[in-house]
Amino acid sequence: MKARPSRFMLGGRTYSPAASLLLATPFLLVLMLAFLLPLGMLLRESLFVPSFTVEHYRRVFDEPVYLRVMYRTIRISALVTLISLLLGYPLAAMMARTRGLMLNLLLVAVLLPLWTSVLVRTYAWLVLLQRNGVVNDLLTGLGIVDAPMQLLRTEGAVVLAMSHVLLPFVVLPLYATLRAIPDDYARAARMLGANGFAVFRHVTLPLSMPGITSGCVMVFLLALGFFVTPALIGGPQQMMLATLVQQQVTELLNWPFAGAIIGVLLLAVLGLMIVFHRVIRLDRFVGQA
Amino acid sequence: MRAAAGGAELRTGTGNGEHVGVHELVKRYGDVAAVDGVTFGVRTGEFLALLGPSGSGKTTVLMNIAGFDFPDFGRIEIGGQDVTWTPSHKRNLGMVFQRYTLFPHMTVLDNIAFPLRMRKIGRAEREERARVALRTVRLEGYGERKPAQLSGGQQQRVAMARAVVYNPEVLLMDEPLSALDKNLREEMQIEIKHLQRELGVTVIFVTHDQTEALTMADRIAVLDLGKLQQLDTPKALYEQPTSAFVAGFIGETNFWPAVASGDAVAGSELGVTLEGGERATVTAADAIRGGQKVKVAIRPENIRLSKDGAGVQASVEEAIYAGSITTLLLRSKGPTLRVRVGPDGALGEPAPGTPFTLGWQTRHARAYAA
Amino acid sequence: MRRRSELTAGRLAANAFAYGVAIFLLVPTALIVPMSFGPDRYLKFPPSGFTLEWYSAYFSDRDWLDATFFSLRIAVLTSIVATVVGALVSLALVRGRLPGKPVFELLVVGPVIVPNIAIAIATYLVFDGLKLTGTTLGFVAAHTALAMPFVVFTILASLHRYDADLERAALSCGASPLQAFTWVTLPQILPGIVSAALFAFIISFDEPVISFFISDLDHRSLPRKMFEDIDYNVSPTLAAVATVLTGLTVLALVAGHFAGRGRQASPGARRPTSGN
Ligand SMILES: Nc1ncnc2c1ncn2[C@@H]1O[C@H](COP(=O)(O)OP(=O)(O)OP(=O)(O)O)[C@@H](O)[C@H]1O
Ligand SMILES: [Mg+2]
Repeated sequence: MKARPSRFMLGGRTYSPAASLLLATPFLLVLMLAFLLPLGMLLRESLFVPSFTVEHYRRVFDEPVYLRVMYRTIRISALVTLISLLLGYPLAAMMARTRGLMLNLLLVAVLLPLWTSVLVRTYAWLVLLQRNGVVNDLLTGLGIVDAPMQLLRTEGAVVLAMSHVLLPFVVLPLYATLRAIPDDYARAARMLGANGFAVFRHVTLPLSMPGITSGCVMVFLLALGFFVTPALIGGPQQMMLATLVQQQVTELLNWPFAGAIIGVLLLAVLGLMIVFHRVIRLDRFVGQA
Repeated sequence: MRAAAGGAELRTGTGNGEHVGVHELVKRYGDVAAVDGVTFGVRTGEFLALLGPSGSGKTTVLMNIAGFDFPDFGRIEIGGQDVTWTPSHKRNLGMVFQRYTLFPHMTVLDNIAFPLRMRKIGRAEREERARVALRTVRLEGYGERKPAQLSGGQQQRVAMARAVVYNPEVLLMDEPLSALDKNLREEMQIEIKHLQRELGVTVIFVTHDQTEALTMADRIAVLDLGKLQQLDTPKALYEQPTSAFVAGFIGETNFWPAVASGDAVAGSELGVTLEGGERATVTAADAIRGGQKVKVAIRPENIRLSKDGAGVQASVEEAIYAGSITTLLLRSKGPTLRVRVGPDGALGEPAPGTPFTLGWQTRHARAYAA
Repeated sequence: MRRRSELTAGRLAANAFAYGVAIFLLVPTALIVPMSFGPDRYLKFPPSGFTLEWYSAYFSDRDWLDATFFSLRIAVLTSIVATVVGALVSLALVRGRLPGKPVFELLVVGPVIVPNIAIAIATYLVFDGLKLTGTTLGFVAAHTALAMPFVVFTILASLHRYDADLERAALSCGASPLQAFTWVTLPQILPGIVSAALFAFIISFDEPVISFFISDLDHRSLPRKMFEDIDYNVSPTLAAVATVLTGLTVLALVAGHFAGRGRQASPGARRPTSGN
């Protein structure tokens, strides 16, 4: 709790406008060099090569191959979002009720994956899902299947691994939201005659809506542009947008077209952010350790 | 260095003895004027309280004097020099904040020595002066502790020691006692007052607690809605408030709506017809014309009750016993009035319904244009 | 009581499911660790024995070592640069009168919102032209931009936690803004600064997407090298690399946790008050 922070934040400041600008200059330089300038140049490629044209953007939507990739990307992302929510909600809800050592352990279980390399986690899934991997061993050992199955390079595997990688992004905001709901609401509802499910349905769920939205938008956003996991776990049949872009650039050197795909992706992301910017608390995804 | 020069020659101020001058200060935040044309002067060695309800602009005035905020219009002078745009660390002021604001990572002694360190004073002298300051606030022996190991009152005393250790010209305090509980607050009021006399420092003290202002200050500046309402000694403020706002804000007052019978200049006697129809003689606080609506202000302790004679009539509605005094709520033909009576008054504790005749000295009933 | 038992049965099921999810989060990575010590060419669980073969393969392979040291160097430099740059802009945002503040706030969140693949492709395009691919400068610049939101949010949080009046108190004591920063603000927000530096380190050291594009043949980051090897064959050496990488991350997180628990503002300075 802070005593009227805004009063002090808005009032006298330590640094003058000139000094503040000076303090922000290195930041501006770095972002210029490694963020703004590159994105600007890429979008320029997509619109002004050879001269102003929307041809590259039209191609993204005209050719069935690319449409299929886009459709698949959206489908997989939506599926991953749904699965993350269904798995993440009960976990977040339990964490919100838990205190002490157990809570810390659960937080570690969520934060550790968040901070361990995506590559390591993807690699782990590769090892588990390969033809003579742990999952197949388990399935044949239990007699569920007779012979090892092809698990890698299936859409199921891509969805599974991506859900695993992105799950923390839905758990964290949900946990923060659920934790902030005073117990008194649920108690009051119970006093008024609601049973456990009714409390959830009419009190907890509506109150946790901001967390749900925030987490789902974040997961969906990240999934749309996901590169590592689909590239390694999936095959050509599971190609998503990011891999398509990579191909265009590294194999075909088709910068304008790659730029156009990125442009479409950026528009989608921007649209989502504009619609949901009120509920998304970005600070909940970072600096949580 | 200015700091090393100490107090005496710096406290000479301008010719008229004005040490800190605030001239036509205006500060706007968006559409609201937090401070709206305030002018006042603080004399050398004076203890001035800035008093006003919440949001009246007290802190804003103080921040502009301190240099943490800069005015949209107007001027700040310290010791006759225009410091309106001088950065705060070059104004040589001392400041005590509401929440102690001791540096938590430094010991008590290091906290007190901090301003000396910033003035490049050698280690030995620093320690020596910090210890003296610590003794002044009666905390010798606590120097090696961390602020968190002190009570609230002790922390505030350390904050005071830190604010005066370098003999600043002016000491600013923004509600320094409001985080303390009542007993400690009263103790600290006396202590601050003593310290100020001892050091002879000019103090500007922000508070919204009128008792605090009345007991501590040499003069009080009353602010409301960003404007200076009155600047006077506590006694003058209490006895001759120049506006209905000040009359109502300082101490307790009964307001009785009335109509003036004739013209009067400020300070002269005025006949009025009180709400309820009775006639009375009062003092005009403003210039008033016959037939004008006025508000008559009478303090509860200035109303005399008697059993006999002609005059304004009222009857007891309720008696509220509070130890040394009893407050009576009286139903008059106009508003319900509060009257204060002593414990062993001839009246005893009157039963509800007892009728009385009300009386007052003309100078105690002040009529303000309504 | 009927209601009570119905409650506990539902809760029990929900809790069991939640614990399952928590384990699901940990298991894949956790299994890699024992498997990296197994002798089997095709990684098995449980491993059929114990060997350090894959670790010695890792530590005796020039390519792996080059990539590891390259990544370490980038990560250390990124951590330093990002923390300094991020701390400066955070100060301007919280304690300064920064003209165009909303633009800066947008810029701060930019790198988390824009998909990494977009940043990566774009950076590749520009860095290729500027001859920055495969260079330390290029990597550090790209990773610094990427780490910026995390660093700034962490430092902003510790700046907001600490009482701005402390800084004013320092100024009123005669400290210049710079002195107020070094004597008062910095010691107070140091835990946040250290966490921010560790975050930046992890982000850079683990970063796969931009590294994938701006590496060149001679200068590859560890994630880029892993990417290549995974795509090529799932050799057990990778398990050893993954274990080392995860170990380092955990170490940094633990260090960050303890740094974050370091000095707290005094209770007096944070006590909530009613009036002002
Ligand atoms: N930085 C600011 N931004 C916007 N409005 C402000 C700011 N500072 C003060 N105000 C407004 O200016 C007016 C005066 O505020 P100020 O803090 O000076 O009052 P105060 O007399 O100190 O009140 P309190 O007794 O509550 O501390 C208030 O209406 C306040 O809301
Ligand atoms: Mg105030």
